[in-house]
Amino acid sequence: MIRGQPVHTADRYMFKVSFDSIFKTALTAVGVLMLLLLAGIFVTLVADSLPAMKATGFSFFTGTTWDPVFKAYGSLVFLVGTLLTSFLALAISLPFSLAIAIFLGEYFREGMVSSFLKSAIELMAGIPSVIFGMWGLFVLVPLVRQVEMQSGVAPYGIGVLTAALILAVMIIPYSASISSDVVNLVPSDLKEAALSLGATRYEMIKKVVLPSARSGIFAGVLLSLGRAIGETMAVTMVIGNANILPTGIFSPANTMASIIANEFAEATDAVYVSCLIEVGLLLMMVTLVISMIGRYIMYRMKT
Amino acid sequence: MLMHQTNIQLRIVKDRLFLALVVLLSFAMIAPLLLIIFHIVKNGIGIISWEFLTALPKPMGETGGGIVNALAGTMMLIVLASLIAIPLGVLAGIYLVEQKKGAIATGVRLCMEVLQGIPSIVIGIVAYAWVVLSMGTFSALSGSVALAIMMLPVIVRSTEETLRLIPDNLREASLALGVPYSRTVLKVIVPAGLTGILTGVLLAIARIAGETAPLLFTAFGNPYMSLNVLKPVDSLPLMIFNFATSPYPEWHAKAWGAALVLVVFVLGMNFFAKVIAKRWKVQF
Repeated sequence: MIRGQPVHTADRYMFKVSFDSIFKTALTAVGVLMLLLLAGIFVTLVADSLPAMKATGFSFFTGTTWDPVFKAYGSLVFLVGTLLTSFLALAISLPFSLAIAIFLGEYFREGMVSSFLKSAIELMAGIPSVIFGMWGLFVLVPLVRQVEMQSGVAPYGIGVLTAALILAVMIIPYSASISSDVVNLVPSDLKEAALSLGATRYEMIKKVVLPSARSGIFAGVLLSLGRAIGETMAVTMVIGNANILPTGIFSPANTMASIIANEFAEATDAVYVSCLIEVGLLLMMVTLVISMIGRYIMYRMKT
Repeated sequence: MLMHQTNIQLRIVKDRLFLALVVLLSFAMIAPLLLIIFHIVKNGIGIISWEFLTALPKPMGETGGGIVNALAGTMMLIVLASLIAIPLGVLAGIYLVEQKKGAIATGVRLCMEVLQGIPSIVIGIVAYAWVVLSMGTFSALSGSVALAIMMLPVIVRSTEETLRLIPDNLREASLALGVPYSRTVLKVIVPAGLTGILTGVLLAIARIAGETAPLLFTAFGNPYMSLNVLKPVDSLPLMIFNFATSPYPEWHAKAWGAALVLVVFVLGMNFFAKVIAKRWKVQF
């Protein structure tokens, strides 16, 4: 027996017990910190947009003139620009992402071809948005300009259509991977029942797979719409940055995200900064509502 | 009878056409991907040289010059953001695994989902309000805070998902040997799921390495070399944005070069994460 050992063990025991409680407290503290982080984000955005709310009131949401020089802050132009580009992008991307969902979820579930397509999708999802924007600016804009020249509209090249095309390419990976998971989940008894009744595979997909995967596909669409609305860089680089209500799909415009990207660092007037923050708050609310509905549908499907 | 026959044939034709359409549309998606990679490699490869990677940008009108300030800045932003986000994210992930139920845990999970959905530019505004305004200057630190907020949900989720896979026997065996709870978590459970956590960290880094929007008014950009966390720094995506939207063809060429470097880095990170996830899969 070595002298002093019992005391030593007791010491260590005490130490471990107290370290244990510190550790547990630290874990809970980090959890609470996460809650505070999100709460802090909300509070900061709301508090910093209060001056704008006071100065502009409701006309902030209905005004169609955004001219900081004359203290006119109407953000409706950006809301319209955002929704127009995003929904257009969604419409363009939908046939492709549906096709990929059916391809990966029904026709080619595994094997070389499907893992090739899956890797391509992952690769695409990994490319930073500023790269998409740059490619759009140097490659897509001249193409769109040529099309515009041939169809006799003002050949800007930049504008709603170009932004929507880039956005469509960017959101295909998201909606495709969510939708293909959902298509994959359709029970095979249902499909086999349809086939055994003499349906062709196309009829089976049309009458059985798509209807039963409908809500999941819708959720995937909503989640990718949320991404499209919040997307900043690629859109900023090709949309033309004109603070006007877009007059058509070839018209230059501005989105909520791109107006912040363009003007925030240069805004000097306090109300001006506050108005941009309010645009940010509005942008966040729109994205959150859309993606939360999407996640809720996904959650309900899984349980 | 004949009617019936043609009807079946029509249906079969429709079936085949549909398959062809699905295959065609699916592979059409690869076209823009190939085009983007092709253009980046074609326009970027020519400008990449030792000087491009190790020199500072030169003023307009002088030839040569490089992107080393952006490379250093990107690395600094990633390291700082990781230092903030990895400990917090991993601890929060452990918390979620240990507290399966409970109001706070449910709240944290919801929080992470919400955080994931917040547009990156809005996170930039928040980092501006919190750090830039209180320090009075654009800084690498403020950019890192924005990026760290973006890393958190990815790390928290991957940590939680990985540690959830670890069977209870492992924990019970350790506790039965008299190992205190904290040591059980830190020395048994976390090491067992380490590769999964690492994958999450790499994916989070890949996510933020290409982010531009939250850096526009936090890290701000800087044409000179700076390793001071309290001063503005440049980053690769910021530099690409500034060069690509400038009116000078020389700068456009540099933007392509920087884009090639960035794409190689980001895709390499993704690839690396995938290899780790596959090779050292967390399984029991």
